[in-house]
Amino acid sequence: MAKAKAKAEAKAELIGRAHGPGKRVGMEVSIAVSHAVQLSRAEAIAAYPITPQTHIVEHLSSMVANGELEAEFVNVESEHSALSACIGMSASGARTYTATSSQGLALMHEILFIASAMRFPIVMTVANRALSAPLSIWNDHGDIMAARDIGWIQVFVENGQEAFDHTIMAFKIAENHKVLLPTIVNLDGFILSHVVEALEMLDQKMVDDFLPPYIPRHQLDPKNPVTMGAFAMPEIYTEVKMNHQVTLTNSYEHILAVWNEWAQLTGRSYHPVERYRAEDARILLLTMGSLSEVAKIAVDELREAGVPVGLLVLRLWRPFPFQDLRQAVGDAELLIVCDRALSLGGPGGPVMSEVRSALYHLAQRPHILGYIIGLGGRDVPPEAFKDIVAKAQTEMAEGPSQEFHLYGVRG
Amino acid sequence: MKPLEQTTWQEIELGGLLREPGSARAYRTGDWRSQHPVWTKGRCIRCGVCWTVCPEPAIIEEPGGYFDMDPDYCKGCGTCARECVTGCITMVPEEE
Repeated sequence: MAKAKAKAEAKAELIGRAHGPGKRVGMEVSIAVSHAVQLSRAEAIAAYPITPQTHIVEHLSSMVANGELEAEFVNVESEHSALSACIGMSASGARTYTATSSQGLALMHEILFIASAMRFPIVMTVANRALSAPLSIWNDHGDIMAARDIGWIQVFVENGQEAFDHTIMAFKIAENHKVLLPTIVNLDGFILSHVVEALEMLDQKMVDDFLPPYIPRHQLDPKNPVTMGAFAMPEIYTEVKMNHQVTLTNSYEHILAVWNEWAQLTGRSYHPVERYRAEDARILLLTMGSLSEVAKIAVDELREAGVPVGLLVLRLWRPFPFQDLRQAVGDAELLIVCDRALSLGGPGGPVMSEVRSALYHLAQRPHILGYIIGLGGRDVPPEAFKDIVAKAQTEMAEGPSQEFHLYGVRG
Repeated sequence: MKPLEQTTWQEIELGGLLREPGSARAYRTGDWRSQHPVWTKGRCIRCGVCWTVCPEPAIIEEPGGYFDMDPDYCKGCGTCARECVTGCITMVPEEE
C-alpha cells in the first residue's frame, strides 16, 4: 500500500505535479476547452460550427450524444439563432455555453447586446479570426474588436492552459449574483485552437468544489411570471444603460476574486495586466493573446543584447483595467502597442487607441506608438518584435512619422 | 410602481426586468396627440364602431351609451373619425 503510494507520488512528480494539483495531458486546445465546459457541467449549449471554432462544439456535441455530458445541445441554422437560443435557455435558468468565430460573431451582433443587457451569464469562446472580405479563415482580432462595445466581460488567453482555466473561471465570474453578465474567452484561432499543448486538467471533484451549480437570480417561471426584454421609453433608457455600465465596471473586483481563488487552487495566478521583465524597462511592448508568448522570446533576446525592454500583456479587455495599466506602465519612456486588428479610417489599432486614451491624463506618460501586426494569419516571429522595437526607438527620437504602422506591409 | 421619470439607475431591476404585468399603463401615450376626436352627440347612433376600431383602446363608453376619448392614452390617430358610420366624429387640433 505504502509502496503504491510512493510510486504514485513519484509518478506525479515526474509528470509535473509542481505545476498544480491536476493531471498533465497533451491535448488539442479546442478539445481542452470542450472538456473545461464538460467539467463545468454546462446544461445548455446552442452553437453553429464555424472554422476555427468547430472542434470545440463538435466535441461537445459528441459528449452530449454519448451521454458524457448531461446537457441540451441545440443544433441551429445560424449564429444569430445560436445566441438567441442561448438567451432563452439561460433565461430558463440553465448554465449556458456557446462558441463562435469571425463571421459567426458578426452574425450574432445584435443578439450580443441583448444577452448582456438582459444579464444572462452565458459563457462563449471566440476563436479569433479575421473578417471577410477577402475571405480569411486565419487569425486576427478583427472579429472581437468589432464587438468591443457589447457589454460582455472579455478576457484574452495566451495558451492552452489559460484557455482551459479561463473557461471554467468564466462561469464562476459570470454567474456571480453581483455580476450576472455574459463572458467571452478570446483565444487565437488555429494558433491556439488547433495546436496540441501540454496542459493540466483538473478532475471533476476539483471543478465541482470550485464551481457550484448555477442559481439564477431571474428566470422564466410560469408560477412567477415576469416580463424580460421590455420596451424602454426615453425617460428610462439612460438609467438602464448606466446600471449596465456600473455593473460591468464593478465586475472587476469579482473577476479578480475568482482569479485569486483559482491561484489558490492551481498555483496559476492571472492579472488584468501582466508584466514580463517590465519593472525596470524603458521600453514596453503591449500585446494580447498568443502573440504574448512570441513577444516574450523577443524580450529575452533583446535583454541579452542590452536593450531595456519589457512586455505588458493585456488579459482583461472588458472591463478595461485603467488603474492596472497606469501602474504597469510605470515610468517607461516608450510604449509600443501591438494590435492584431485595424480600425479602418481611424486611429489604427483599437487597443492602441484605448491605451493612449487611458494614459492621456497622466502628468508623465510614455510615447505611445501603434504597430499593427499579424492580420489575417500573417506570421509574427520574434524577429518582428525586435524589428518593431528598433523602428519605434528611431521613431521616438525623430518624432512619429504617421499615426500608426501596418507592420510588414509590402509597397 | 414608481413613475419612470423619477426612477434612478440604482433602482433598475436586474436586466430591465418587469415584475408587474400591465406596465404599459404607465406610458401616457396621450402626450403624443396633436389632434383629438370630438363627438357630435345629435348624430351619434351609439353603435360602438369607434370603440371597436380604436387601436389603443382609448375610447370609453359613458353612461347612456355615448362615447368619448380617454385623454391619457388617445394618440389622436383619427381611426375613429374615419370609420364612424354617421360621420359624427371630428378631429380637432390640440390647443397649446
